[in-house]
Amino acid sequence: MLGRTANDLYWLARYVERAENMARLTEVGYRIVLLPRDGDGTHEEWRSTLSSAGCAQGYFSKFETLNTRDVINYLLFDFSNPSSVKSCLAAARRNGRAQRTSLTRDMWESLNAAWIEFSNINPANITAGELPRVLDWVRSRSALYRGALLNTILRNDTFFFSQLGTFLERADNTARILDVKYYVLLPQIEMVGGGVDAVQWGAILRSVSAHRSYRWVYKENYKPWRIAEYLILNQAMPRSLRSCYDEINIALSDLANLYGERSVCHETAAGTRNLLSSGNIDDIFQSGLHEFIEDFIIRNNRLGNDVAEVYHFNG
Amino acid sequence: MGRKLQQQEQTSVKATQALRKAFDEMNGTGDGVRAPYNAVSEWLGTQKLEDLKQKLLEAETMFRRTGITFAVYGKEEAAERLIPFDIIPRIISGPEWRRLTAGIEQRVRALNAFMYDIYHRQEIIKAGKIPEELVVGNSAFVPEMMGVEPPLGIYSHIIGIDIVRTSENDFFVLEDNTRTPSGVSYMLENRETMMHMFPDLFARNRVAPVDDYPENLLKTLASVAPRGLEGEPTIALLTPGQYNSAYFEHSFLADQMGVELVEGHDLVVLDGSLQMKTTQGLRRIDVLYRRIDDDFLDPLVFRSDSVLGVPGLFDLYRAGRVTIVNAPGGGIADDKAIYSYIPEIIKFYTGRAPILQNVPTYNCRKPDDFKYVLEHLPELVVKEVHGSGGYGMLVGPTASKAEIEAFRAKLVANATNYIAQPTLALSTCPTLVDTGVAPRHLDLRPFVLFGDEVRLSAGGLTRVALQAGSLVVNSSQGGGTKDTWVLQD
Amino acid sequence: MLVSIGHVTRYAYATPASYSIHTLRMTPPSFEGQKVVSWRVEMPEIDRALRYRDAFGNVCHLVSIPYSHTQLAIIARGTVETQDKSGFVRGLTEVSPIRIFRRQTAKTEPDQAIADIVAGLKSEDRIDRLHELMQVIGERVEYVVGATNAHTSATEALSDGRGVCQDHAHIFISAARLMGLPARYISGYFVTGEELASEAQHAWAEAYIDGLGWLGFDPANQLCPTDRYIRLATGLDAGSAAPITGNRRGGMDEVLDVFVEVQQQSSAQQQ
Repeated sequence: MLGRTANDLYWLARYVERAENMARLTEVGYRIVLLPRDGDGTHEEWRSTLSSAGCAQGYFSKFETLNTRDVINYLLFDFSNPSSVKSCLAAARRNGRAQRTSLTRDMWESLNAAWIEFSNINPANITAGELPRVLDWVRSRSALYRGALLNTILRNDTFFFSQLGTFLERADNTARILDVKYYVLLPQIEMVGGGVDAVQWGAILRSVSAHRSYRWVYKENYKPWRIAEYLILNQAMPRSLRSCYDEINIALSDLANLYGERSVCHETAAGTRNLLSSGNIDDIFQSGLHEFIEDFIIRNNRLGNDVAEVYHFNG
Repeated sequence: MGRKLQQQEQTSVKATQALRKAFDEMNGTGDGVRAPYNAVSEWLGTQKLEDLKQKLLEAETMFRRTGITFAVYGKEEAAERLIPFDIIPRIISGPEWRRLTAGIEQRVRALNAFMYDIYHRQEIIKAGKIPEELVVGNSAFVPEMMGVEPPLGIYSHIIGIDIVRTSENDFFVLEDNTRTPSGVSYMLENRETMMHMFPDLFARNRVAPVDDYPENLLKTLASVAPRGLEGEPTIALLTPGQYNSAYFEHSFLADQMGVELVEGHDLVVLDGSLQMKTTQGLRRIDVLYRRIDDDFLDPLVFRSDSVLGVPGLFDLYRAGRVTIVNAPGGGIADDKAIYSYIPEIIKFYTGRAPILQNVPTYNCRKPDDFKYVLEHLPELVVKEVHGSGGYGMLVGPTASKAEIEAFRAKLVANATNYIAQPTLALSTCPTLVDTGVAPRHLDLRPFVLFGDEVRLSAGGLTRVALQAGSLVVNSSQGGGTKDTWVLQD
Repeated sequence: MLVSIGHVTRYAYATPASYSIHTLRMTPPSFEGQKVVSWRVEMPEIDRALRYRDAFGNVCHLVSIPYSHTQLAIIARGTVETQDKSGFVRGLTEVSPIRIFRRQTAKTEPDQAIADIVAGLKSEDRIDRLHELMQVIGERVEYVVGATNAHTSATEALSDGRGVCQDHAHIFISAARLMGLPARYISGYFVTGEELASEAQHAWAEAYIDGLGWLGFDPANQLCPTDRYIRLATGLDAGSAAPITGNRRGGMDEVLDVFVEVQQQSSAQQQ
């Protein structure tokens, strides 16, 4: 496989995953903004949404104030935002088109149709009532693409690089949500307690689609350290850092078997996974949740760079 | 000269008259449905117009989902446009196809023999059969190719020959596309779509399959691997990238053959071979099916500003370390100034008369021809010698007075740049248009492969001019395509 | 004449080149009047080079440097023994029929000014006409180093009235082809003398005369080549006869330094 092909497949998977995450973050942010609150401007919630999405800097270089319409437009439809849903779908399709020969017909058609349909949406016509439908649609297109991938692709390097892209992006997304909201999970805040925190805890879980599964797993009300444990260490939770790294390690070891060679990226990934599988939440809080998350984000980025280097993504 | 011109004049007058009543592939000259179309004609009679239009929409949806698009240069808003598809097939009988096959094979062998000769000893020039200046001074001639020994002596392995029909028995070759002919993906996708939408039609007709093309292409490419290569050759398809008008076809063919689709920057010349940059390091390529033009192949030899090609590629080819398909310099064989010598070329290299006719051609570089052309512009089709895709041409009978005069000025300013041909009454075929089913003019591009043997897929691409009376079938000028059937006896 | 040659080409880049590739036409041929006694080309990776012969008969080396570098030196040196054949060239390996040298290129495409030169030639004899052509070009185009560059065409140099040996050769070739003669470009070396302007790295032209063969003309020096000329490469113009053609990835702001030393060896001087 060409290095450029691996690069395109990896980024194609990241962009599809990112489009979905953008839709989910927008949905959660919009939900909180709708809630009645006292005191400070409800629009402030958008600040943390933009941070979690990694779009705060870009937004504020374009707009001076937080405004629901502007934020939503920026997150969903703005081509000048490289992480907007529109940019992600366009980039995914561009990468897919460049690697048309590596994709199955089902994968390509779902990508191509997603782009054609989305590019036909006129943002000016999206009313508040229609927003949830659009966001659901984005998530369903991502699910359709993942489904096509899982059901139709050969289990060779095409699949392995796609998996790496998906789970590196997903781990990055979950980690960034934790990074932005870590303070509401800290114990002293829990002492203070109150409705706002419950809303925030619910929002964190919602932004990784885990607000329902949490109760099945823990069978109790939201507890901040449980939420942190769930998102970081739980093996069963499909968007937790731990489960992302399980998938990453599987994909990397499949690549090693296929190519007959292990490299530095295998060490990087295994090290991070060990940290997650042997860690416990008390120790993490002891030595600092924020520091742990920041360290994770650095490790995750390093792995991305190692993979690109080892597999000649740039020739 | 005088006598030849007179003959041509008669042909031309005849052609202009016939244009009003062109030969129809389904209905002949009006004396009943022709045998190959019996089943389709009967089927068509039972269809409602609305249903047919609905089917056409379905077909377009299928094409768009597949991503089979065609970029039109100079039209930004239509960066990815569908080539219109028509659901009424064009049908060729078994005997008709056998005759075409013999003519095509003869032509392909002769054209390659011609290329070998002019890039070696140039016997045909020495024999006085073709003027030296027309070859050596031709911008399509590539002097750097002199003395290259391509595997099996073949230059153009993939050729698309444009053929038109004017009557029951008259077929003419309009053009031999010996560089990088495109359109074969439409031949294959048109058939897929038709079989998907009208399975019953295929049950009622014995249509020769075309889906052997990718395998035949792969066999052809493998057969011209560099001499002395041990083991199976590694083959790749070189594309200029996804913004090229024919990108869909490039990725489609690479996919169908199971070979890598590479761009220039994926490749590097090292240790006397062409290598591609893979996830596991460098891997050698033995045969490169390139879909970029000669000029861009190798910045060391051709355009030094090219970023689409690979520096050093041509030198490797020259040294026999990689095979470039089609070979650089093949444009000399489909040059419009050379075209009128093709019958002579066929006789010179095969010792036989051409099976397929050429269209009589006036070379504006010849004073007598030029005079004739200027006097008969309203009857002629005038083309640029190095133009393609239907750009920069004049179709006299359908042009306005002002258009003809504007063209005359260009012609006078640069006569050697043009050739002219009588306007042929291209055959028509019933086609679904807004108002119903109506005859539209068409041509045929069979795709020939030439390696260890000549391989020809049954049929080819039928291009159809969608505007009533139009004779320009090029997709870049709004032409459409039809599925092409060769009936098995 | 026994001549020793040293030809050093140095490239330096402000930023590293990650890869570079070079076609070298730096192997002088042996033929009547020129015998290569010893010759060596040195550069990194030359032992992995691909060696082949091009369309104009030149022996070429294709050399890739697949690692990061900010400078590169290509050094050719050796000894060549020459004889004066009054400008006639025989015994050279030819790949292509001679007629291809009638082909004009972008650098030799003639204009009215060149056609006028041809029309103005007064000599009757075909060889005299070429000598006259050489003389006219020498008069019309003054030898000025730096007045033109590698991309200057024959017509540009003629209208400017200044140029170097490359421009003189291009104008000569353009005019000779216009006269219907095959003509070609030679890059090589020249044993300089104080009375002549040309430098040691040199270029001249050849025209083909039916029945006689290739005959050399050096409009820059107003000479037919003698034993002071060492032939390196042949082409349709300066591009296809260039001793080095290269391409690289990265490597911004190239600085090129060429040093050529051509010396008559003392043993031959004694004769």
